[in-house]
Formats: sequence, C-alpha cells, structure tokens
Amino acid sequence: MKSQPFPLKILNILSILLFLAALAMVFLYAPLEVTMNYVQKIFYFHIANAWVGMLGFLVAAVAGVLYLVHHDLKWDIIELAAVEISLVFFLITIISGSIWARPTWGTYWTWEPRLTTAAILEMVYIACLLLRQGIDDPDRRARFSAVYTLIGSISVPITFFSIRLFRTIHPVLIGAASTSSQGSFDMTPKMLVTMLFVLGAFSVIFVTLFWHRIRLGQLIQLVEQQKLEE
Amino acid sequence: MVKAATSSSSSPARDSSNRSNATFVKSIGAIIWKDLVAELRSRELLSAMLVFALLVILIFNFALELDATTRKVATPGILWATFAFAGTLGLNRSMALEKDRGCLDGLLLAPVDRSAIYFGKLISNLVFMLVVEAIVLPVYSVLYNTNLFNPGLISVILLGSVGYVAVGTLLSSMAVQTRTRDVLLPILLFPIIIPILIAAVKASSGFLQGIAPTEIMPYINLLIVYDVIFTAVAYMVFDFVVEE
Repeated sequence: MKSQPFPLKILNILSILLFLAALAMVFLYAPLEVTMNYVQKIFYFHIANAWVGMLGFLVAAVAGVLYLVHHDLKWDIIELAAVEISLVFFLITIISGSIWARPTWGTYWTWEPRLTTAAILEMVYIACLLLRQGIDDPDRRARFSAVYTLIGSISVPITFFSIRLFRTIHPVLIGAASTSSQGSFDMTPKMLVTMLFVLGAFSVIFVTLFWHRIRLGQLIQLVEQQKLEE
Repeated sequence: MVKAATSSSSSPARDSSNRSNATFVKSIGAIIWKDLVAELRSRELLSAMLVFALLVILIFNFALELDATTRKVATPGILWATFAFAGTLGLNRSMALEKDRGCLDGLLLAPVDRSAIYFGKLISNLVFMLVVEAIVLPVYSVLYNTNLFNPGLISVILLGSVGYVAVGTLLSSMAVQTRTRDVLLPILLFPIIIPILIAAVKASSGFLQGIAPTEIMPYINLLIVYDVIFTAVAYMVFDFVVEE
C-alpha cells in the first residue's frame, strides 16, 4: 500500500490545528452564558458531533444504495467507514449531552425524542456491525449490510417522528422552540460564530477520519484477497 | 394514427400482464399453502410460539405484580412485548426450516418472481402471528379479568402485525444466512420496529382506556404509513437478500 497521499497529510495537520483553534474559540472567544455558565461550553462540541454523526448516517445510507445498484465493493468500504465513524460521533454526542443534561435538566437521561432516536441509531449501527461479523462472503456481507443500513435509515427518522408525537423538552436552538423545552438560550453573534467554526472544524476532522478509514478498508480488502490467493 | 396503434397493441400486452399477475398470485398462494400444510402436520412452530407467549405473560405477572391498577396501565405494553418476543421465535423458525431442508434453494430455483417468495412467506408468517395473537388475547382476558375484545384494539393488532412481519420476514431471511443466526434476528429486528411498538402500544392503550378516537388517529396513521413504506422497501430489496 502506498504511503499517505499529500492531501491527506495536509488534512491530518489541518484537523489538529482546527481542533485546537476550536478549543480556543470555545474557551477564550465565546462569551459565558448567563444561567448555565461553563456547562454551556459543551454545547459547541455536542452540536458538532451530532452534525458529523448525521453526515455519516447520510453517507452510509447513500453508499448502501449505491452498492446495491452498482455491486462495487468500494461502496461497501465507504459504507462501513461511514457507519463506524457515525457510531463513534453519536456516542460522543450522547455522552456530552448527558453531561450537559445533568446540571441543566437535573438528570443524565430522559426518554426524549432526540435522545431516544440517537440511542436507537446506535443500536442499528451495532446490529449492522454484528450482522457483518456473522458473514464471511464479502459480497453477501456487503449486500446484507447495505440492505440493513437502508432499512435503518428509513426507520430511524420514523422513530424520531413517532416519539415526537409526545412532548419534548430538548432545546431547539434553530427554528421555533417548543414552549416546554428547558435549557434553551439566545445565542449572541459571538456564540454563533464559535458554533459555526466548531461545526466547520469537525467537518474537516470527519473528512480526515473518513479518508483514513476508507484506506484501512482497502487494506483489509487487500489482505482478504491475498489470503484467498494463498 | 399513433393512438390507434397503441390501443391495438395494448390489448395483448394487457392480456399477458393479466396472465403474469395471475401466476404471481398463484405462486404466492402455493407458498402460503405449503407453509400452512407443513405447519398443520408438524405443529412445531405454532406450539412453540404459543407456549412461549404464555410463558412471557406468566413472567410479566410475577415481574410486575399485576394488580387491578397496574393492569390498566401495563396491559398494552405486556401484550406487545409478548407479541414481539413470540414473533421472533416464529420468524426465526419459519426461515430456518426453509434453509435447513434446502427448501429455500428449491424455491429460488422455481420459475417464479422472487418477490412472490417474499409475499408468500410474509403472509404465512402473518397467519401464524395472528393465530398466536387470537389465542393470547382471550387467555389474557380470562387470566386478568380484562375485556380485550375491542374492535379498535383488534385493528391495531392487525396493523401492527403486518408491519412487524413485513420487516421481520426480510430480516429473518437475512439472519438465517449468517453464522450467528438465532441470536441475530432480535438484535436486527427490534431497533427497526420501535416505531411500530410505540404507535401500537399508544393506540392500544388509547382504545382500552376509551380515549377519543381523534387522539388515537395519529398513531393509527403512523402504523399505516409504516406498513406501506416497509412492505414496499422490503419488496424492493428482497432480491438482494436471497440472490446467490
């Protein structure tokens, strides 16, 4: 396998720099929130992780469909990469959200639509990885996991709406907030700039990780092929 | 001129499409018939599902101490948990039978549309599920002195079972082709059918507590939407699941 291509090396360094800059923005540039104080800082990373997780979720669903259409194993590698990255970022989202929720809502966890949906999405991804583990034939593994991510990507939004039929207390910062939400706040321009910057930084980190994971997937494929040839 | 040409050519086309529709329905019927006859002779699937369902109810009885007040709140949840657990048993067994005896290969070799196999298995699984539910409901009514013969509840059970089996048939045909097949089906199935469980439990408890139908309707609509979407999607992707 060739060494890392030049753009990827740049992305590596850029990711580290952007992450440090994001930390600096959050702690030095963004103003303190009046009622929640330092706890509110976690919000920037929470949103960024959730965004990247959603991005991975979309990429996985699209890559799954593309595999079913083209039967090209490269889409399977992309799908697996997206599933794994999305799984990790959603886990971070859930944990950071819980840390924020404890002082704000008074509990680590409530069965609220977004929280529950995120948890179920994690379950779908874990189930997908377990499904892949149980199949040896690469083609069948790719087909099944593509079908399963496709089904999951349809079911998870329906889950969200079905839980949403109850009331929600999760703050809605963008768009109209429901009257029963707790812990929402008005963003000052500085906060908004910080949030957008962290979102951008995490998007770059996502691309870097995604690229690395795809390369790893290609290596795994190479090893599997050589094992078969022996 | 063009109009005349299309109208004259469309009639044989319609004929042949009618004929292929008829064979499609016939092959679905044949698969259902095969499953029902096999089940009538062995009775291994239904009896396992039934005994399991009753045992789940028994466990809930001790786990929740179902006195009159708890029962009112917990009945829909217990019913749906029972159906979901017993359902996986049936789905697993029904697909494993096909796989183990090489019957699935025979079905795939048969000159019928692959989706006919899916719908055939779907309907026979649905029949087994409904039979179990039809026995569990009166037993539960007697054991806990609750009247469950509510047309609203029965329609919810019908709608919920259709969605459950639509996804379950697809996922069980995936699960039987893996190494960890018996363990895998519930893990694959449960995260996907959460919307059904939410909507079905909410709608069931609405009907049992006599809540106004306008408040139950969103959940019924959700069930219908879920059924339609997932039957359609499963129909489209079933080919990829059984292809060799």
